Amino acid sequence: MVERLTRGPASVSELAEPLAMSLAAVVQHVQVLEACGVVRTEKIGRTRMCRIEPGAMTAAERWISDRRRGWEARLDRLGDILKDDPATEEAP
Amino acid sequence: MTPTTVAHDTFVIERTYDAPVDRVFRAWSDPAVKAHWFAGSPDALGAGYELDFRVGGHEVNRGGPPGGPVYTFDAQFRDIVPNQRIVSTYEMSADDVRISVSVATVEFRAVDTGTVLVLTEQGVFLDGHDTAAQREEGTRSMLNSLANALDSDA
Repeated sequence: MVERLTRGPASVSELAEPLAMSLAAVVQHVQVLEACGVVRTEKIGRTRMCRIEPGAMTAAERWISDRRRGWEARLDRLGDILKDDPATEEAP
Repeated sequence: MTPTTVAHDTFVIERTYDAPVDRVFRAWSDPAVKAHWFAGSPDALGAGYELDFRVGGHEVNRGGPPGGPVYTFDAQFRDIVPNQRIVSTYEMSADDVRISVSVATVEFRAVDTGTVLVLTEQGVFLDGHDTAAQREEGTRSMLNSLANALDSDA
């Protein structure tokens, strides 16, 4: 649930969709997370939207996003080299 | 005693390269090529970067800002199937402090347009070393509120 929210805000029913949990159980879980300061919720019309609380899990999130960004930059560089560098061409 | 923390996460990155799978794989197995894109320069080989590409062999990459900590990436290859997959475990450290331990799986798949590469990293982040004080406080207040929430729930 928290992993889903790190990718962006979601409604309670969107959070429940991929989970084998009742909507009521998801609501209860969200309430616990909100009480812990991990998520923040807001009622918009008839929908309760959930988002990750900024500042919660900061170090872990930063580690994960740094690591991911590092790999993405490297894999882009690999793509450039495969395009340009004759050293990676078929060995004779 | 300093409190310890762990945080786990997994991420997946997928790329399609317009190159045959054996050529993409060689970019991972050939030290000169890998130094270029992984360590940032072909000159890194032997100057902070080492690659011993075989099961049990190590890959090491060392560097860091002048006057700052020396960051070390130290990997060991656990499974290699040419042109198909590479599984390694690695740790990151700053000077002699271990920051994280990960399993990295790279899968290669030949497709009509070239090669699909899927990288999956499963990691554990140790003790939040980059923001130790801030994280310690955050963790404590989170665990306190979790305890409160569980109490009031009972």
